[in-house]
Amino acid sequence: MSQLPAPVPRSTSALVALRGVAKAFPNGTQALAGLDLEVRQGEFLSLLGPSGCGKSTALRIIAGLSEPTAGAVEWGGPAQKAERRSRIGFVFQEPTLMPWADVSANVRLPLKLAGTPTEAAAARVDAALQRVGLAQFAHVYPRELSGGMRMRVSIARALVTEPELLLMDEPFAALDEITRFALNDDLLRMWQALRTTIVFVTHSVFESVYLSSRIAVMSPRPGRVVTERAVEAPYPRGNDFRTSADYAALCRRTSDALARAMAGGSP
Amino acid sequence: MNPASSRRERRDRALRVVLPVVVLAIVLAIWEAAVRSLQIPPYVLPGPVLIWQTLVSDWALLGQSLLVTLTTTVEGFLLAAVGGIGLAVLFNQFRVLEYSLYPYAVILQVTPVIAIAPLLLVYLQQPTAVLVCAWIVAFFPVLANTTLGLNSVDRNLGELFALYGASRLDVLWNLKLPSALPYILAGLRIAGGLSLVGAVAAEIAAGSAGAGSGLAFRITESGYRLNIPRMFAALLLLSIAGIVIFYLLALINHLALRRWHESALQGER
Repeated sequence: MSQLPAPVPRSTSALVALRGVAKAFPNGTQALAGLDLEVRQGEFLSLLGPSGCGKSTALRIIAGLSEPTAGAVEWGGPAQKAERRSRIGFVFQEPTLMPWADVSANVRLPLKLAGTPTEAAAARVDAALQRVGLAQFAHVYPRELSGGMRMRVSIARALVTEPELLLMDEPFAALDEITRFALNDDLLRMWQALRTTIVFVTHSVFESVYLSSRIAVMSPRPGRVVTERAVEAPYPRGNDFRTSADYAALCRRTSDALARAMAGGSP
Repeated sequence: MNPASSRRERRDRALRVVLPVVVLAIVLAIWEAAVRSLQIPPYVLPGPVLIWQTLVSDWALLGQSLLVTLTTTVEGFLLAAVGGIGLAVLFNQFRVLEYSLYPYAVILQVTPVIAIAPLLLVYLQQPTAVLVCAWIVAFFPVLANTTLGLNSVDRNLGELFALYGASRLDVLWNLKLPSALPYILAGLRIAGGLSLVGAVAAEIAAGSAGAGSGLAFRITESGYRLNIPRMFAALLLLSIAGIVIFYLLALINHLALRRWHESALQGER
């Protein structure tokens, strides 16, 4: 860690932390071992690594969808397990919408399951759809939407509870570049407007640098965080940043870090 | 869609209706011509015209029988729908129940109903026995399809429900049953035809016992009396009943799924 050009200052306000987390699957695969990761209040943290390095598993463990076989998940503040749910939003790699329900019913789901009264829920669904620019598509069915729009619905659903922590598992990997850029910009805008914390899993160096305030680089077999780096470019970031020399340099350095992680396992 | 391909599609749809009708007309014409020119006696093979005349003249009797068979079929179908879906949901919620009872559901299914019917007639009143037969044949496809549907839930959606703290009832009602709907409807479509088969099988088995008055009973009875035109007329009513049931269920299927399921979508996206 000492060789890092931009050492990350130790912060005290960890929202959630993984301490020495390991995960072995029943088939013997050791997905994670000795994973340490701190998610800080308000940051945009990317988990960057090659396929199969356990990024998604780490995300699922934070979400409570998977239990670690060793180590611990520590939540800052007095979060009880039950109330943690209302603090987490999750966006899967696929839009994961209910095909039998229209857009507004899909977005309403988390509120419905939480027993939110209908009228209050309706207002929040409208706001969430407004946020992702799909207000006029409330009564359309998912199959009638493009891939990018479906992902927007998925994001609206994750944000409708106004979660403290938004977990995103390679949400834009299946989209074309133009759509991905647009969604990247929208995501940054929402992140700043809502002041939420985002953990974003990706295998794209470019995407991670563009979006993140901090990047945790992971290496495979077994998956762990080998280096962390802050991305010290100011927000709001836009097309100017995407085409700047700074961005290119940051991408190159991150790319090198990833290459070292893949080669040696440590930076 | 360009005009040429839309025209082709419309012509295609028209052909799908016209061609079977043309085939039917040709077959009936040849049949009638053969019966007349070869002077085949009606107790061997009646012509279509005679069958139609019999249907009209015997309508009082046959219509009554049709009603009896249809009532049994519909009752058997409804019981099969409720029983099949209900049992599948119970199996899905309580594994112990599934492990305990599923083998017996299979046994009920694989034993030919025509072989069970005489036994049921020993213990039950005939109308009840017929109904039970219709139910036995029809309920298994509903059970099997619903079970498959309830287990075919998208994994990510399942996790999403878990993440948001959904109760078992929430998951069943808002996730599993809607996911299973296309499968349930497919099962019901099979069950509709089969409950007619079950009702007919039981009526035929009961035929010699004599108390029945359904269409299948009329067929057996007419056979004994060498009233072949009436046999054909009753048979015709049975197949029409089967066709109506099939298309009615297909229509329900279409109306329920057209907004979202691949199987019910038409045309271009």
